[in-house]
Amino acid sequence: MKAGLSIEGLRVVFDDFVAVDDVSIRVEPGQSFGIVGESGSGKSTLLRAVGGLAPKSAGVISLIGAPDLPEPGSRAFRRRVQMVFQDPYGSLHPRQTVDRILAEPLAIHGIGDADRRIQQALDEVGLGTGFRFRYPHQLSGGQRQRVAIARALILEPQILLLDEPTSALDASVQAEVLNLLEDMRRRHGLTFVMVSHDLAVVTYLCDQLMVMQRGRSVEKLSADDLAQSRVAEPYTQRLMTASIGFRRDRTETF
Amino acid sequence: MTVAPASAETWREWLMSDRPQSRRQASLGRAYGAWRAFARNRLAMAGLGIVLALLLMALFADQLAPYSPTVGDLRTTRLLPPSAAHWFGTDDQGRDILSRIIYGSRITLFVVVLVAVLAAPIGLAVGTIAGYAGGLVDAALMRITDIFLAFPRLILALAFVAALGPGIENAVIAIAITSWPPYARIARAETLTIRQADYIAAVKLMGASPGRIVLRHIMPLCVSSVIVRVTLDMAGIILTAAGLGFLGLGAQPPSPEWGAMIANGRLYVLDQWWVAAAPGAAIFVVSLAFNLLGDGLRDALDPKGVK
Amino acid sequence: MLVVDDLRVSFPNRDGGFTQAVRGVSFTLGRERLGIVGESGSGKSQTGRAIMGLTAPEGRVTAKTLAFDGVDLINCPPRERRRLRGGRIAMILQDPKFSLNPVMTIGDQIVETLDAHAKVSRREARERALETLRQVQIDDPGRVYDLYPHEVSGGMGQRAMIAMMLVAEPDLLIADEPTSALDVTVQLQVLAILDRLVAERGMGLIFISHDLRLVSTFCDRILVMYAGRVVEELPAGGLKDAKHPYTRGLVNCLPRLREDRHPLPTLDRRPEWAL
Repeated sequence: MKAGLSIEGLRVVFDDFVAVDDVSIRVEPGQSFGIVGESGSGKSTLLRAVGGLAPKSAGVISLIGAPDLPEPGSRAFRRRVQMVFQDPYGSLHPRQTVDRILAEPLAIHGIGDADRRIQQALDEVGLGTGFRFRYPHQLSGGQRQRVAIARALILEPQILLLDEPTSALDASVQAEVLNLLEDMRRRHGLTFVMVSHDLAVVTYLCDQLMVMQRGRSVEKLSADDLAQSRVAEPYTQRLMTASIGFRRDRTETF
Repeated sequence: MTVAPASAETWREWLMSDRPQSRRQASLGRAYGAWRAFARNRLAMAGLGIVLALLLMALFADQLAPYSPTVGDLRTTRLLPPSAAHWFGTDDQGRDILSRIIYGSRITLFVVVLVAVLAAPIGLAVGTIAGYAGGLVDAALMRITDIFLAFPRLILALAFVAALGPGIENAVIAIAITSWPPYARIARAETLTIRQADYIAAVKLMGASPGRIVLRHIMPLCVSSVIVRVTLDMAGIILTAAGLGFLGLGAQPPSPEWGAMIANGRLYVLDQWWVAAAPGAAIFVVSLAFNLLGDGLRDALDPKGVK
Repeated sequence: MLVVDDLRVSFPNRDGGFTQAVRGVSFTLGRERLGIVGESGSGKSQTGRAIMGLTAPEGRVTAKTLAFDGVDLINCPPRERRRLRGGRIAMILQDPKFSLNPVMTIGDQIVETLDAHAKVSRREARERALETLRQVQIDDPGRVYDLYPHEVSGGMGQRAMIAMMLVAEPDLLIADEPTSALDVTVQLQVLAILDRLVAERGMGLIFISHDLRLVSTFCDRILVMYAGRVVEELPAGGLKDAKHPYTRGLVNCLPRLREDRHPLPTLDRRPEWAL
């Protein structure tokens, strides 16, 4: 069973700083949606608000695609929506073994058969038994991110929120993690909402995307539009140029 | 499952392994790593040695002490200087000072252990809860902490003992009540940084209750710095206990509490110096040992420590 | 200008031996833009630090030759080394948040660098600091001069950092991931500034980065490092013709905007590359 995500008029305010201002998106079940923006664009805050990690001042967040879907903040909602964080060094508890990290979500939701599930989750992300009793400091960045993905998937969620999952990784490791994510999506019929500053990474994984700047939505377009340069907003255009690399002949346009 | 290795060399390899095969090996390996870091520090090892010696001394006081700690011969052995028969001399009641110091180690350990067991968990709980909850809870808990911090420890302990009545148990309670606030502050400061971490966000996202997050994810990270602080505070605790004893508000005669022994020797300090000097040296050595141990623990346990 | 021959940097490891982070790197540098690319652990940063003399104290640096403008950097006295550092050789680090002093205004920090390397009056120092800030395209140098590092954005901070390094007019600038902490659009602005300064002043630039795309579009020459060694040297724009399987793998595994490759090719690390 799949679930999608709908956000209407979301607004997140910290003290008197408006981090996200009136943003609406609709992610169909099984779809993969990308949010692109630079620092301060509110893209991560939006994702955190969906996960209940940032305060929502206005707007409606709801699951769509099936009857009787749980409300945000409820326990059932948490089983369906999980998240992978940007920094693989900060998202794993430094004093817990991989085994303990993966056992925790199962314990919280009272799911039995932990031993088999942990083993299976590790196999799925390509880590195998050798890694089960290691501490995070004994793992590389890519391996840590695999553990984080295993942790998110062990509760068998339907929606995975990805907050720059590869931006802290080396290019070759990024490719491996992107492939893994895509593989997982296909195998489990997951819905992805992914945030990144890298247009190429977002278009690789997502078919629909939204460009954000200063807390607002600038433009929504499909990956095809982007590939064909069917871009309306100058800001999106600038991001596209920037992602190609440095060009001496057009330095004045930056 | 793993088979326990045979020789010392393979044991070491098994412990240092980068790919542990079981929960037990992983945690033992970590402990071994910390131990190796600790053992490199010679002064800390000396401190540990003295603390262990204190422990053994307390445990086998009955076998080690050559004389009774409470009964002396007033006619023949009063205020004797150190000699082969009485290594540290005797006091005004004719009691052997060495025996009293050996038995006194029990009281010292009793105080130290009880204070640690009472104060550290209180401080840890108050600090982590305040730090994690924030807002009103934080403000309320920290103002209470501030109230306790605002009084000099010995004075506050004095007030408590005066209210509860003199005696070693009440002294322990008084010291415990006055020593938890610094632990609460440390735990709170650590919690404030830890609660921002993504790994806490991750368990929150899984639906873990605040209690579970504090107890299972935050506290284990604060424990080591609190342990370090408690160990460093031991010297102060021993001194406070001795101070209370000196003022007659701690252990009551004839129990061989070191502070009370100094108070007792004060009268003869010019002519019979050993009566006060021996327990003074004991307090000094044990306090120093705890300080060295604490320094070593900080280097071994504190991940922020400079290597 | 800079000659590096068989540079090795090693650090003590847990077993009491030494692990080599840089294993025999050789290159020469003129007044040009040289890029050093590699993934984490390739030794690219340690190479830059060794040239700068900033290797951590427990590390050991050896080389057949490590000379800057005829000065032997390995055997020169610390005082001479310090005079070069910040004077004729300058370094820009990744994150301006950590490399600027948080309790000094940006202007004061620039003046301090100047003071350490040239005898100038207070007023002249301020004038030159303001001028340098203008050169890194800060429109309002007077205001930025009196700001503290936390009061400026990442891009502005990195420009201030560059200004601080440039005020002493170095001949060689080592930039270690100077733009990795910045947003993509800001990244290019900072690079454009660097580019112009290198061209105008005829400086040598060593640009150390993990970003193959950025380095290959910015530098005149690229060294690709893997496991402490240079595995390939490429001319500008020569990325497409890379021979070494590591470089090719690195180029291939990047997702591209106008391409639909699923799954992405991954890098199959071969042990012989590290030999």
